[in-house]
Amino acid sequence: MKKKDFILIGIVFLIALAGFGFIRWTQHDGTQVIVTVDGEEVYRTDLSKDQTYEIPVEEGTNVMKIQNGEVTMSKADCPDQICRNHAAISQTGETIVCLPHKAVIEITSETGTTELDGITQ
Amino acid sequence: MDAKRIAADGLFLALALVVSYIEVLIPIPVGIPGVKIGLANAVIMVLLFFTTWQRTLLISVVRILLAGFLFGNPMTIVYSLAGGILSLFVMVILRKIRGFSVVGISVGGGVAHNIGQLSVAVLLMENARIYYYVPVLLITGTIAGIAIGVLTGILIRKLPKNLF
Repeated sequence: MKKKDFILIGIVFLIALAGFGFIRWTQHDGTQVIVTVDGEEVYRTDLSKDQTYEIPVEEGTNVMKIQNGEVTMSKADCPDQICRNHAAISQTGETIVCLPHKAVIEITSETGTTELDGITQ
Repeated sequence: MDAKRIAADGLFLALALVVSYIEVLIPIPVGIPGVKIGLANAVIMVLLFFTTWQRTLLISVVRILLAGFLFGNPMTIVYSLAGGILSLFVMVILRKIRGFSVVGISVGGGVAHNIGQLSVAVLLMENARIYYYVPVLLITGTIAGIAIGVLTGILIRKLPKNLF
Protein backbone atom coordinates (compact mmCIF):
# COMPACT_ATOMS: atom_id res chain seq x y z
CA MET A 1 0.00 0.00 0.00
CA LYS A 2 1.12 3.53 -0.73
CA LYS A 3 0.67 6.85 1.04
CA LYS A 4 -2.18 7.93 -1.23
CA ASP A 5 -4.07 4.71 -0.43
CA PHE A 6 -4.10 5.60 3.26
CA ILE A 7 -5.17 9.17 2.47
CA LEU A 8 -8.06 7.87 0.32
CA ILE A 9 -9.19 5.36 2.95
CA GLY A 10 -8.86 8.03 5.65
CA ILE A 11 -11.00 10.51 3.69
CA VAL A 12 -13.69 7.89 3.01
CA PHE A 13 -13.83 6.98 6.71
CA LEU A 14 -14.02 10.65 7.71
CA ILE A 15 -16.94 11.24 5.33
CA ALA A 16 -18.66 8.12 6.69
CA LEU A 17 -18.10 9.28 10.26
CA ALA A 18 -19.49 12.73 9.45
CA GLY A 19 -22.48 11.01 7.84
CA PHE A 20 -23.13 8.86 10.91
CA GLY A 21 -22.84 11.95 13.10
CA PHE A 22 -25.25 13.92 10.91
CA ILE A 23 -27.80 11.09 10.92
CA ARG A 24 -27.64 10.65 14.69
CA TRP A 25 -27.88 14.37 15.26
CA THR A 26 -30.93 14.82 13.06
CA GLN A 27 -32.90 11.72 13.94
CA HIS A 28 -35.33 11.09 16.77
CA ASP A 29 -38.21 8.77 17.60
CA GLY A 30 -40.60 8.63 14.66
CA THR A 31 -44.37 8.76 14.79
CA GLN A 32 -45.44 7.98 11.23
CA VAL A 33 -44.79 5.18 8.77
CA ILE A 34 -44.92 5.93 5.06
CA VAL A 35 -44.88 3.21 2.41
CA THR A 36 -44.00 4.10 -1.17
CA VAL A 37 -43.93 1.90 -4.26
CA ASP A 38 -42.08 3.20 -7.33
CA GLY A 39 -42.00 6.68 -5.80
CA GLU A 40 -45.76 6.82 -5.15
CA GLU A 41 -47.02 6.94 -1.58
CA VAL A 42 -49.42 4.03 -1.10
CA TYR A 43 -49.91 3.92 2.66
CA ARG A 44 -49.40 6.07 5.72
CA THR A 45 -50.06 5.03 9.28
CA ASP A 46 -49.13 5.63 12.89
CA LEU A 47 -46.08 3.90 14.28
CA SER A 48 -48.00 3.26 17.48
CA LYS A 49 -50.64 1.09 15.77
CA ASP A 50 -49.62 -2.57 15.76
CA GLN A 51 -50.54 -4.07 12.39
CA THR A 52 -49.49 -6.00 9.33
CA TYR A 53 -49.90 -4.44 5.90
CA GLU A 54 -49.49 -6.05 2.52
CA ILE A 55 -47.68 -3.60 0.27
CA PRO A 56 -49.21 -3.51 -3.24
CA VAL A 57 -46.11 -4.27 -5.31
CA GLU A 58 -46.45 -5.48 -8.89
CA GLU A 59 -43.58 -7.94 -8.87
CA GLY A 60 -44.54 -10.09 -5.89
CA THR A 61 -45.37 -9.85 -2.21
CA ASN A 62 -44.09 -7.62 0.58
CA VAL A 63 -45.69 -7.58 4.00
CA MET A 64 -44.81 -4.91 6.52
CA LYS A 65 -45.30 -5.46 10.22
CA ILE A 66 -45.55 -2.83 12.94
CA GLN A 67 -45.10 -4.07 16.48
CA ASN A 68 -44.25 -2.16 19.65
CA GLY A 69 -43.31 0.96 17.70
CA GLU A 70 -40.92 -0.88 15.39
CA VAL A 71 -41.31 -1.74 11.72
CA THR A 72 -40.00 -4.81 9.93
CA MET A 73 -40.61 -6.42 6.53
CA SER A 74 -42.07 -9.68 7.77
CA LYS A 75 -42.62 -11.27 4.37
CA ALA A 76 -41.04 -10.73 0.97
CA ASP A 77 -40.53 -12.93 -2.06
CA CYS A 78 -37.83 -10.82 -3.67
CA PRO A 79 -34.68 -12.63 -4.78
CA ASP A 80 -32.20 -10.97 -2.42
CA GLN A 81 -34.26 -10.94 0.83
CA ILE A 82 -32.36 -7.85 1.97
CA CYS A 83 -35.53 -6.10 3.13
CA ARG A 84 -36.58 -9.11 5.20
CA ASN A 85 -33.18 -9.31 6.90
CA HIS A 86 -33.20 -5.60 7.68
CA ALA A 87 -33.18 -4.72 11.36
CA ALA A 88 -36.37 -3.18 12.82
CA ILE A 89 -36.66 0.58 12.25
CA SER A 90 -38.19 3.22 14.52
CA GLN A 91 -36.13 6.42 14.13
CA THR A 92 -36.94 9.25 11.71
CA GLY A 93 -35.18 8.93 8.39
CA GLU A 94 -34.72 5.18 8.74
CA THR A 95 -35.86 3.13 5.77
CA ILE A 96 -36.33 -0.46 4.73
CA VAL A 97 -35.84 -0.73 0.99
CA CYS A 98 -36.85 -3.59 -1.26
CA LEU A 99 -34.87 -2.75 -4.40
CA PRO A 100 -36.27 -5.53 -6.63
CA HIS A 101 -39.88 -4.56 -5.85
CA LYS A 102 -39.19 -0.81 -5.67
CA ALA A 103 -40.86 -0.57 -2.26
CA VAL A 104 -39.69 1.74 0.50
CA ILE A 105 -40.87 1.90 4.10
CA GLU A 106 -39.78 5.04 5.86
CA ILE A 107 -40.24 6.57 9.28
CA THR A 108 -41.07 10.23 9.71
CA SER A 109 -42.40 12.46 12.42
CA GLU A 110 -44.40 14.75 10.15
CA THR A 111 -47.98 14.84 11.30
CA GLY A 112 -51.13 16.34 9.98
CA THR A 113 -50.58 15.88 6.26
CA THR A 114 -53.28 13.26 5.85
CA GLU A 115 -55.68 15.11 8.16
CA LEU A 116 -55.11 18.35 6.21
CA ASP A 117 -55.89 16.57 2.96
CA GLY A 118 -59.09 15.32 4.54
CA ILE A 119 -60.18 18.84 5.38
CA THR A 120 -59.30 20.50 2.09
CA GLN A 121 -60.96 17.86 -0.03
CA MET B 1 -9.39 -9.02 -33.19
CA ASP B 2 -6.89 -11.84 -33.02
CA ALA B 3 -7.63 -15.31 -31.76
CA LYS B 4 -5.59 -14.87 -28.60
CA ARG B 5 -7.54 -11.82 -27.55
CA ILE B 6 -10.87 -13.53 -28.20
CA ALA B 7 -9.74 -16.51 -26.13
CA ALA B 8 -8.49 -14.33 -23.27
CA ASP B 9 -11.65 -12.19 -23.23
CA GLY B 10 -13.84 -15.29 -23.22
CA LEU B 11 -11.81 -16.82 -20.43
CA PHE B 12 -12.03 -13.76 -18.24
CA LEU B 13 -15.71 -13.23 -18.97
CA ALA B 14 -16.36 -16.82 -17.91
CA LEU B 15 -14.26 -16.32 -14.80
CA ALA B 16 -16.09 -13.11 -13.90
CA LEU B 17 -19.43 -14.91 -14.36
CA VAL B 18 -18.43 -17.84 -12.15
CA VAL B 19 -17.25 -15.42 -9.51
CA SER B 20 -20.56 -13.51 -9.75
CA TYR B 21 -22.40 -16.78 -9.20
CA ILE B 22 -20.27 -17.66 -6.15
CA GLU B 23 -21.16 -14.25 -4.79
CA VAL B 24 -24.89 -14.99 -5.25
CA LEU B 25 -24.39 -18.23 -3.29
CA ILE B 26 -22.89 -16.48 -0.27
CA PRO B 27 -25.31 -13.72 0.69
CA ILE B 28 -24.35 -11.33 3.46
CA PRO B 29 -27.49 -11.10 5.62
CA VAL B 30 -26.94 -7.64 7.07
CA GLY B 31 -30.12 -6.23 5.57
CA ILE B 32 -28.40 -3.33 3.90
CA PRO B 33 -28.81 -3.10 0.13
CA GLY B 34 -25.54 -3.12 -1.78
CA VAL B 35 -23.31 -4.79 0.80
CA LYS B 36 -21.20 -7.39 -0.95
CA ILE B 37 -17.64 -8.56 -1.37
CA GLY B 38 -17.41 -7.61 -5.02
CA LEU B 39 -15.38 -10.62 -6.12
CA ALA B 40 -16.03 -9.83 -9.78
CA ASN B 41 -14.09 -6.61 -9.31
CA ALA B 42 -10.91 -8.64 -8.80
CA VAL B 43 -11.32 -10.02 -12.32
CA ILE B 44 -12.20 -6.58 -13.68
CA MET B 45 -9.12 -5.04 -12.04
CA VAL B 46 -6.81 -7.72 -13.40
CA LEU B 47 -8.16 -6.88 -16.87
CA LEU B 48 -7.73 -3.16 -16.24
CA PHE B 49 -4.10 -3.64 -15.22
CA PHE B 50 -3.15 -6.00 -18.05
CA THR B 51 -5.27 -4.67 -20.91
CA THR B 52 -7.04 -1.43 -21.87
CA TRP B 53 -9.99 0.22 -20.15
CA GLN B 54 -12.06 -0.22 -23.31
CA ARG B 55 -11.61 -3.98 -23.20
CA THR B 56 -12.31 -4.02 -19.48
CA LEU B 57 -15.48 -1.98 -19.93
CA LEU B 58 -16.75 -4.34 -22.64
CA ILE B 59 -16.20 -7.45 -20.50
CA SER B 60 -17.63 -5.74 -17.43
CA VAL B 61 -20.85 -4.73 -19.20
CA VAL B 62 -21.31 -8.15 -20.82
CA ARG B 63 -20.70 -9.82 -17.45
CA ILE B 64 -23.34 -7.65 -15.76
CA LEU B 65 -25.90 -8.35 -18.49
CA LEU B 66 -25.28 -12.11 -18.42
CA ALA B 67 -25.15 -12.33 -14.62
CA GLY B 68 -28.37 -10.29 -14.46
CA PHE B 69 -30.20 -12.64 -16.83
CA LEU B 70 -28.77 -15.77 -15.22
CA PHE B 71 -28.89 -15.04 -11.47
CA GLY B 72 -30.80 -11.77 -11.09
CA ASN B 73 -33.66 -9.82 -12.60
CA PRO B 74 -33.95 -6.78 -14.89
CA MET B 75 -33.72 -4.48 -11.87
CA THR B 76 -30.44 -5.93 -10.70
CA ILE B 77 -29.01 -5.26 -14.17
CA VAL B 78 -29.85 -1.56 -13.89
CA TYR B 79 -28.26 -1.30 -10.43
CA SER B 80 -25.21 -3.31 -11.38
CA LEU B 81 -24.63 -1.33 -14.58
CA ALA B 82 -24.69 1.97 -12.68
CA GLY B 83 -22.35 0.60 -10.03
CA GLY B 84 -20.06 -1.19 -12.45
CA ILE B 85 -19.62 1.70 -14.88
CA LEU B 86 -19.06 4.35 -12.17
CA SER B 87 -16.66 1.99 -10.40
CA LEU B 88 -14.62 1.41 -13.55
CA PHE B 89 -14.60 5.14 -14.30
CA VAL B 90 -13.21 5.95 -10.84
CA MET B 91 -10.62 3.16 -11.05
CA VAL B 92 -9.39 4.41 -14.45
CA ILE B 93 -9.09 7.95 -13.01
CA LEU B 94 -7.21 6.73 -9.90
CA ARG B 95 -4.81 4.82 -12.16
CA LYS B 96 -4.24 7.94 -14.27
CA ILE B 97 -3.54 10.05 -11.15
CA ARG B 98 -0.78 7.61 -10.12
CA GLY B 99 0.47 7.11 -6.57
CA PHE B 100 -2.28 4.65 -5.70
CA SER B 101 -1.60 0.93 -5.28
CA VAL B 102 -4.07 -1.79 -6.26
CA VAL B 103 -5.62 -1.50 -2.79
CA GLY B 104 -6.36 2.21 -3.16
CA ILE B 105 -7.78 1.73 -6.65
CA SER B 106 -9.91 -1.15 -5.40
CA VAL B 107 -11.27 0.91 -2.49
CA GLY B 108 -12.13 3.75 -4.87
CA GLY B 109 -13.87 1.30 -7.17
CA GLY B 110 -15.77 -0.41 -4.36
CA VAL B 111 -17.03 2.81 -2.85
CA ALA B 112 -17.93 4.21 -6.30
CA HIS B 113 -19.87 1.02 -7.03
CA ASN B 114 -21.97 1.51 -3.90
CA ILE B 115 -22.57 5.20 -4.59
CA GLY B 116 -23.59 4.44 -8.18
CA GLN B 117 -26.08 1.78 -7.12
CA LEU B 118 -27.52 3.91 -4.37
CA SER B 119 -27.93 6.89 -6.68
CA VAL B 120 -29.90 4.76 -9.14
CA ALA B 121 -32.04 3.51 -6.25
CA VAL B 122 -32.73 7.11 -5.22
CA LEU B 123 -33.66 8.05 -8.81
CA LEU B 124 -35.81 4.99 -9.48
CA MET B 125 -37.70 5.13 -6.21
CA GLU B 126 -37.76 8.93 -6.08
CA ASN B 127 -36.85 8.76 -2.44
CA ALA B 128 -33.78 10.65 -1.24
CA ARG B 129 -34.05 9.03 2.20
CA ILE B 130 -32.18 6.08 0.77
CA TYR B 131 -29.01 8.16 1.04
CA TYR B 132 -29.28 7.29 4.73
CA TYR B 133 -27.29 4.18 3.79
CA VAL B 134 -24.30 6.16 2.46
CA PRO B 135 -22.17 6.10 5.65
CA VAL B 136 -22.63 2.35 6.19
CA LEU B 137 -21.90 1.62 2.55
CA LEU B 138 -18.77 3.80 2.61
CA ILE B 139 -17.39 1.66 5.44
CA THR B 140 -18.41 -1.72 3.99
CA GLY B 141 -17.28 -0.63 0.51
CA THR B 142 -13.87 0.32 1.91
CA ILE B 143 -13.42 -2.95 3.80
CA ALA B 144 -14.50 -5.03 0.80
CA GLY B 145 -12.31 -2.84 -1.42
CA ILE B 146 -9.23 -3.49 0.72
CA ALA B 147 -9.82 -7.26 0.67
CA ILE B 148 -10.38 -7.35 -3.09
CA GLY B 149 -7.40 -5.03 -3.62
CA VAL B 150 -5.06 -7.38 -1.73
CA LEU B 151 -6.43 -10.35 -3.69
CA THR B 152 -5.97 -8.52 -7.00
CA GLY B 153 -2.41 -7.54 -6.01
CA ILE B 154 -1.57 -11.23 -5.60
CA LEU B 155 -3.25 -12.12 -8.90
CA ILE B 156 -1.36 -9.42 -10.80
CA ARG B 157 1.96 -10.67 -9.44
CA LYS B 158 1.26 -14.35 -10.12
CA LEU B 159 -0.52 -14.22 -13.48
CA PRO B 160 1.72 -14.53 -16.56
CA LYS B 161 1.71 -11.30 -18.55
CA ASN B 162 1.64 -13.08 -21.91
CA LEU B 163 -1.80 -14.45 -21.07
CA PHE B 164 -3.40 -11.38 -22.64
